[in-house]
Amino acid sequence: MNDIQTPTIGLFVTCMVDLMRPSVGFAALRLLDRAGAKVVVPEKQTCCGQPAFNSGDVKNAKAIAKQVIEAFEGFDHVVAPSGSCTGMIAKHYPDLFKDEPTWKTRAENLSARTFELTAYLADHLNLDDSLATFNHTVTYHDSCASRRELGVLDQPRKLLGAVDGLSLKELADTETCCGFGGLFSVKFPDVSNAITKTKTDLVNDTGADVLLGADLGCLVNQSGKLKKSGSKVRVFHIAEVLAGMADGPGIEGIEE
Amino acid sequence: MKHFTQDHPLCHDFLKGAKKALDDDRLQAQLARSLKDGFQKKRLKGMSRLPEYQDLRDRAKAIKTHTLKNLDQYLEQFEAQVIKAGGQVHWARDDKEAAKIIVDICKSVDAKTVTKGKSMISEEIGLNAQLRKNGIEPIETDLGEYIIQLRDEPPSHIIAPAFHISKEQVAETFHEHHKNQKPGRDLSEPTSLVHEAREELRQKFLNADVGITGANVLIAESGTALIVTNEGNGDLTQCLPPVHIAITSIEKVVPTLDDADTVLRLLARTATGQEMSVYTTFFTGAKRTEDLDGPEQFHMVLLDNRRSELLGGPLHDVLSCIRCGACINHCPIYGKVSGHAYGWVYPGPIGSILTPHFVGVDEAHLLPNACTMCGRCEEVCPVRIPLPTLLRTWRNRAYDAGHPGGVQRLSLNIWAWFAKRPSLYRMLMRPAVLALRLMGKLRPFDLPAPQGSTFMDRYKGGER
Repeated sequence: MNDIQTPTIGLFVTCMVDLMRPSVGFAALRLLDRAGAKVVVPEKQTCCGQPAFNSGDVKNAKAIAKQVIEAFEGFDHVVAPSGSCTGMIAKHYPDLFKDEPTWKTRAENLSARTFELTAYLADHLNLDDSLATFNHTVTYHDSCASRRELGVLDQPRKLLGAVDGLSLKELADTETCCGFGGLFSVKFPDVSNAITKTKTDLVNDTGADVLLGADLGCLVNQSGKLKKSGSKVRVFHIAEVLAGMADGPGIEGIEE
Repeated sequence: MKHFTQDHPLCHDFLKGAKKALDDDRLQAQLARSLKDGFQKKRLKGMSRLPEYQDLRDRAKAIKTHTLKNLDQYLEQFEAQVIKAGGQVHWARDDKEAAKIIVDICKSVDAKTVTKGKSMISEEIGLNAQLRKNGIEPIETDLGEYIIQLRDEPPSHIIAPAFHISKEQVAETFHEHHKNQKPGRDLSEPTSLVHEAREELRQKFLNADVGITGANVLIAESGTALIVTNEGNGDLTQCLPPVHIAITSIEKVVPTLDDADTVLRLLARTATGQEMSVYTTFFTGAKRTEDLDGPEQFHMVLLDNRRSELLGGPLHDVLSCIRCGACINHCPIYGKVSGHAYGWVYPGPIGSILTPHFVGVDEAHLLPNACTMCGRCEEVCPVRIPLPTLLRTWRNRAYDAGHPGGVQRLSLNIWAWFAKRPSLYRMLMRPAVLALRLMGKLRPFDLPAPQGSTFMDRYKGGER
């Protein structure tokens, strides 16, 4: 990685950020700029294909994966503000093409160049300088994909350590899923709700006034439950805080 | 809602079963208490006392991989050793054949009652129903199994069959069924429940004509069937009646005593956090002339039930399972819906892989999909089975078999059609934002509203 002076990064925006929370994409752009990269947002991207992949629709999952592989060919690095989408590209694409050698090679090549945003930033930002100021007590949700598929655990905490005014209170039972699971929450809403309720109760128990995470799926899911239950906890993507862009309404819609 | 039976699965009713569990406050409290503060904490404690735990996992996996590659050889070796030790070996192709073999052995000695140690394979072949049909009374002697037998319920967990029942409910059940005991007696303490169950079971142990147990591990080099229990009921079942039948499935065999030891060191620690289960019994053949006690006949029933079809295929690794229950204990879905919702013998992640194989994907397609792919099952599996990958294999097969169908499939296809066409996808996202903003305002679901126009539109508009 060090031999590249000014790396060109392709930002994989993710469909959730595109649709629900564009500010996360702009925060990612700002942070990657700050990390000294030249960032481009390729136009030929939509989604990483997880809805198809997780439904067992291999044909469509492969078609969408090929589109992503093509769109991000030629970039030194590819960064996504989501552990789940990064896991899909970096871990599952090569498996998806295990019977197609040419595409498998291309998928493996992309896999080696793809990074989750906080992991990338922790390696490339100068954390001796303050990144931003955020005068709140926050708690942090590790997504299952970040934790288990990518092993990203310390990096977001390291980044939060470089935010002035921020104090981190860790969640209990952080190994447990928040119950989102993409289409799982659509197919099994009652079960999903029950799991999420347990999680958001723990979020409330921390006493933090802000919930952060690096996966919009988990955050959208939890923010809905938090607001419905009357909680005052506001929800942001970690990139928004790191980029100093968390002064508007949170994902749940509550303004400060 | 009626319970499933072995020959009448209710996997297609997963949503209904889940709803029933979610609405049951007593069950929810029981699940929260027994999983997080029970099984999960105990496993961590068990692991923390064993620095070589991770190495042991690799060793166990290597043993399983090697054995499965040479399964025929080790099974034949096991058979030869059982015969040498004075036992008989019966090969059962499927559930019906296995049940018939056991019923026939029982009939040959004119058995009226049989005592049973806990065995999931006996559930898999629907043994109790077959015994009853033939006028033979099966008596479950594992406390959990005994409780659910009184309540006429199937097990809800592979190592803790009455996991879903609180001690207060057990007391109610005992008051209802133990007619010879003093009415109004105090059964509020677990010890009083255990004493009463022991009292009720003691004479049944002594009267039984046949004892049937499972086997956790088979040792090829010696022809030994090994069981672990915490109550000693397995030993009484094996040793007291004149006939002992052990039934298990073919993948439980390992080559040597040392290999069995590796499995044992992982099994209890991962399951209950114990270093060893309270009783670990090695059972080799029938009573020898110099033995003071033991059964005159020993029968080993080895069940395939299409497991051999899995060898070398995409689901091969599921055959490494040592049935510790860790994946079940750590599954967020199981933690809310409990075991019965899965609608057949094996619940949780391991069940969602096994069940479609046994009952068919049309019946069980919801199970591999009832999973958030959080990956915790794989993380805690002592033999490193890649459970999410195996669940995915079933999702792919389910999709190819037409599941989901209807609106779900159509919506997915429409979404995918757009996702493959970026510029049309952008156009679709604009009304999608508006619709979601409206929904966010009206809140028919707990969904927050999108911020405004899409990232791509704003980025193209020059924003940075």
